[in-house]
Amino acid sequence: MQELFWIFISSLLINNFVLTYFLGICPFLGVSNSLETSFRLGLATTFVMLVTALCAWVLNTYLLIYAPYLRLISFIVVIASTVQFIEMLIKKMSPTLFRALGIFLPLITTNCAILGLAIFSTNRGYGFLEGITYALGAGFGFTIAMVLLAGLREESELSEVPALIEGTAMNLIIAGILSMAFMGFAGLFSST
Amino acid sequence: MIESENQDYNELIKGIWRDNPVFVQVLGMCPMLAVTNSAINAIAMGMATLFVLVGSSFLVATFKKWIPKQIRISCFIIIIATFVTVADYTLLALIPTVHKELGAFIPLIVANCMILGRQEAFASKNTVRLAVMDALGMSAGFVFALFTLGAVREILGSGSLFGVDLFGGAFEPWIIMILPPGGFLTLGLILFFFNWVTHRREIFLERVAEAERSGS
Repeated sequence: MQELFWIFISSLLINNFVLTYFLGICPFLGVSNSLETSFRLGLATTFVMLVTALCAWVLNTYLLIYAPYLRLISFIVVIASTVQFIEMLIKKMSPTLFRALGIFLPLITTNCAILGLAIFSTNRGYGFLEGITYALGAGFGFTIAMVLLAGLREESELSEVPALIEGTAMNLIIAGILSMAFMGFAGLFSST
Repeated sequence: MIESENQDYNELIKGIWRDNPVFVQVLGMCPMLAVTNSAINAIAMGMATLFVLVGSSFLVATFKKWIPKQIRISCFIIIIATFVTVADYTLLALIPTVHKELGAFIPLIVANCMILGRQEAFASKNTVRLAVMDALGMSAGFVFALFTLGAVREILGSGSLFGVDLFGGAFEPWIIMILPPGGFLTLGLILFFFNWVTHRREIFLERVAEAERSGS
C-alpha cells in the first residue's frame, strides 16, 4: 500500500510528467489559454491514460513477451483506437460533453505523455495495480500543470507585456519558473 | 529543368530558417526540451529524427495513391513507428551509451508532432523527390534547433562543449541550466531572440521600401 502511495505522489509531484519529463508539452502550451478547457482536457487525458495503462498491461503480459520488437507499434495502435473509441462513445452518450471537448479529443493521440506513460511503466516492470496508480498520478499531475499554467496565463493577459516576448516565449519562461517550483518537491521523500 | 531544381532548393532551404519547425512553427517540443542537456545527446536525437522523417516521408510519398483517405493518419503513424523501431535498435547496437542516456525518448519520436505534421501537410500531397527534399530541410532545421539549445545549455550548465572543458576551473557552472527548468528558460529566451530578429528585419525591409519609393 505504501509503495502504491509512493508511486502516486512521485508521478503527481516529484516527477511531474510535464514539468520534469517534458511530456505533453504541445497541449500544455497550445490549449492552456483558459482554465475551463485545460481542466477538461486534463481529465480526458487522465481517462485515456487509465485505459492505456490497462491495455499496456494486457499486451505486455500476453503478447509482447513473444515479440518485443512489436511493442512500439502495438502501443501506438492501441492508443489511437482507444481515443477513437472514446470519441464515438462520448458522442453517443453525451453530445454536450463531446461538443465541449471538440478538437482536443482526437489530439490526445499525439500527446506524447500517453505513449510515455505506457513505455515508462513497461520499463519499470509495473504490475496491474502499480500501472493503474501510476496512470492516475501522471494524469492528475498533467491536469495540475495545465491548470496552473492556464491560471497564470489568464492573469498575465491583464498586465502589459512587451510585444516581442508575448506568446510562446513568455509561456515557456512561466513554465520554467513553475518547473523550478516543482523541483522543491524533490526533497519530499528523502529516505527513498 | 532549372525551374525544378530551384523548387528543390526552396523546399530544402525553407526548413532551416524561414519555416524552422521549432523556432517558427513551435512543433516537436517534447524531445526538444528533454534531451538537450548536452550537445552530443542533442545531435544523436537530431540524427534519429532525421532518419525517421526522411524514411517515412519517402514511403508516404511513394504510396500516397494507395493509402485510403479515412485511415491515413493511422497509416502514417504505423509507418513512422516502424522507422522509429529500426532507429531504436540501430542506436542500441551502435552507440549503447547514448541510447541509455536518451532512454525512453527514442521510442517517443513516434509522438513527435513535427513528423506527423510533415506527412499530413506535405509528403502525402507531393512527389517523392520534393517530399524527400522537404524532409531533409525540416530535419536540418530541427537538428540546428536541437544543437543550439543543447550547446547553450551545456556551455552554461557544465562549462563544456561535447564533453570538452571550455573554461578550466575559472567558471562556476549554472547547474539549473542542465536541470528541467533550464530547458524551458533557454528555449523561451531563444524564441524571444528569434522574434526580435524577425522584427528588426521587418523594420529594415520597410525602410528600404520607403527609401526606394522616395528615391523614384
